[in-house]
Amino acid sequence: MNRIFASRLLPLMATGLVLVALFAAAGAGYENFLSARVVLNLFKDRAFLGVVAVGMTFVILSGGIDLSVGAVMAFTTVFLAKVIGGLGWSAPVAMLAAVGIGVGFGMFQGWVIHFFRIPAFLVTLAGMFLARGMAFVVSPRSVEIRSAFYDDLGERGLPLGEGLLLTVGPLVYLVVVAAGMVVAHGTRFGRNVYALGGNEASAALMGLPVGATRVGVYALCGGCAALGGVISTLALSSGDPTRGTGLELDAIAAAVIGGTVLTGGRGWVFGTFLGVLILGTIKTILDFDGSLDPAWLRIASGGLLLGFILLQKLIARRSVS
Amino acid sequence: MKVFRSTLVWPLVALVVLLVFNAVASPGFFHVEWKDGRLFGTVVDIFNQGARVPMLLALGMTLVIATGGVDLSVGSIMAVSGAVAAMQVNAGAPMVQAVGAGLGLATLLGLVNGVLIARVGLQPIIATLVMMVAGRGLAMLLTGSQMVPFANRSLTWLANGSVGGLPVPVVLVLGLAVVTGWVLRRTAAGLFIEATGDNEKASRLAGIQTGGVRLAVYGFSGFCAGLSGVLEAANISAADPARIGDTRELDAIFAVVAGGTALTGGRFSLAGSVVGALLLQTLTLTLYNQNVAPAVAPVPKAVVILAVCLLHSPRLRARFGKRTQPVAA
Repeated sequence: MNRIFASRLLPLMATGLVLVALFAAAGAGYENFLSARVVLNLFKDRAFLGVVAVGMTFVILSGGIDLSVGAVMAFTTVFLAKVIGGLGWSAPVAMLAAVGIGVGFGMFQGWVIHFFRIPAFLVTLAGMFLARGMAFVVSPRSVEIRSAFYDDLGERGLPLGEGLLLTVGPLVYLVVVAAGMVVAHGTRFGRNVYALGGNEASAALMGLPVGATRVGVYALCGGCAALGGVISTLALSSGDPTRGTGLELDAIAAAVIGGTVLTGGRGWVFGTFLGVLILGTIKTILDFDGSLDPAWLRIASGGLLLGFILLQKLIARRSVS
Repeated sequence: MKVFRSTLVWPLVALVVLLVFNAVASPGFFHVEWKDGRLFGTVVDIFNQGARVPMLLALGMTLVIATGGVDLSVGSIMAVSGAVAAMQVNAGAPMVQAVGAGLGLATLLGLVNGVLIARVGLQPIIATLVMMVAGRGLAMLLTGSQMVPFANRSLTWLANGSVGGLPVPVVLVLGLAVVTGWVLRRTAAGLFIEATGDNEKASRLAGIQTGGVRLAVYGFSGFCAGLSGVLEAANISAADPARIGDTRELDAIFAVVAGGTALTGGRFSLAGSVVGALLLQTLTLTLYNQNVAPAVAPVPKAVVILAVCLLHSPRLRARFGKRTQPVAA
C-alpha cells in the first residue's frame, strides 16, 4: 500500500512540497508575504494562466502540444474590446462568441493534426502566428473596454470576510480546475484522453474514438485559452494584441511542474493547479523584491520547467531499475 | 516527367509566380542599377534581406529538421548574439572580437540545446522552447531591456557593405551555404545526419554516433542564428533585445519546409532551403508592397506553411496523386 502510494503520487507530492517550501521561504524573507491578501492577489493575477493551463494539461495528457494558446488568448481580448466597444454587442454575448471562436479554432487545429498527420507543434505554431496576426488585424494596439457589465462584474464575487473578495476571475479559475478534474478522472472522454496519450495504437485497437478524442482535446484547449482571454479582460479592462506572449511555455511549465509527463498518458489536473501556484509565487516574489530584473521571470520559468523535467526523468529511471 | 520529381521544382515555380505578380503589380521591380561600385535594386534587396535572416536560419534549421528535430530558439539566440556584439563594440572591442563573442555565445546556447536533447533525452520542441523563453530573458537581462545603439564602422559594414558589387551578407551566407553543402555531401556527415533522422536506433546500431550528430546540428543552428543576430544588429547599428529575431523561427521553418525538406526528418535539401528563403523574402516584400501591416504579415505566412504541409501529407498524396516520395537533391 505504502509503496503504491509513493510511486504513483510521488511527483504530485514533490510539487506540493516545493510550493510549501517556496511560500515558507518567501514568508521568511519578505515581511507581510504570508497574508490572505497576497494569496488572493496571486489567484487574481494568475487566474487566466490557470485556466489556460488546464486546457494545456489535457492536450499534453493526450500526447500532443498546443503552442497557440497565448495568441488565441490575445485574439480573444482584442475581439472582446472591439465587439463590445466598437460594435456595441452586449458583453455576455461577446464572451460566449469569443469562447466559441476559441473552441472552433481548436477543433480546426485538432482536425488538421489528426486527419493530415501533421506534427501538432507545427500546426499549433502556425496557429499561433495565425491567431496573433489576426489579433493585430482586429486592433494594432491596446484598446480599453468600457462596459457597465464589466464594472458590475468587477464588484461581484465571493466575500471571504475582512473586506476580502474572491472576484469572478479566480472563481471561474477554481470552477474550471474542479470541472477539469471531474472530466479527466470521472468521464469516458477523460479515460480516452489518458488512453490516447498512453499508446495511440492500443487505443485505436481497443476501438476508442481516437479522432474524436484528439479533436475534442484541442477544442477544449482552444476554449480554455479563449476563456483565459475573457478572464484577463475582466482583470485589466482592456484588450491587447501583444498579451500572452510566451504564455504557452508558462502553461506547459505549469502542467509539467504538476507532474504531467510530456510524452502523454500520465498526469493530474490538480498537479497543474499546484504548478500554476508555484509559478505565481515566483512572480509574486519578483514583484515583492523590486530590485530584481523582470527578465528573471522568463529565465526562472524556463529553468524551473527544465528542473522538473529532469526530476521526472530521474524518477522514471529509478522506477524502471 | 523526371523534372517534376525534384523537390526544388515546386518552390521555384512558386517563386516565379510571385516574381511575375510583382513585375506586373509594381513596375520597376526588376530594375537593377550599378551605383558607387555596387548593385542596387529590389531584387538585390530580396537577396540581401533574405540572406541576412531567413536563409541563414534555414541553413541550421535544415540540418536540425533533417535529424527529426526542430529548433524554436533561433529567434532568441539572435537577440542574445546581437546584444553581445553590440555591447562588446561599445566596450571598445574590435569588430572581430565582438562578432566572435556573439557567435561563441550563440553556438554555446545551441550546444546546450543539443546536450539537453541528445544526452538528457528531452523532446526537441521542449528543450528549444525553454531556450526560446530563457534566451530572450538572457538578452533582456544583458541589456537591461534597453536598445543598445553603437557606432562601429566595420561592424555596420558586415550588413551594409559590399564585396565585388554584392552586399556582404549575400556573399557571406551563400558562401556558408555552399561550403556547408559541399562538406556535407562530399563527406559522410550529410549521410549521418539523414540516417539519424530516418531511424536513430538503427543508425546507432550501425555505429553512427547519433548523439554527436544531434549535438553538432543544434550547435550549428545556434551558430547560424548567432551570425544572423549580429548581421541584424549591424544593419541598423543597434541591438534591440525585444525585437531582434522575434517570430523568426517560423520564417526559418517556412523556408525549410517550403524548400522540400520533410518535417519527419531523414532527408534534406540545402538548395531547397535557399530557394525557400528567397520565396519567403519575396512573399514578405510582396505583402509589404501591397500595404499589409508588418504585424499582420504572419497570417499569410502561416496559411502558406500549412498549405505546404498539407501537400506533403501522405493522406492527401494518397488521395490525389500517385507521386512517389520526393527524391532528395
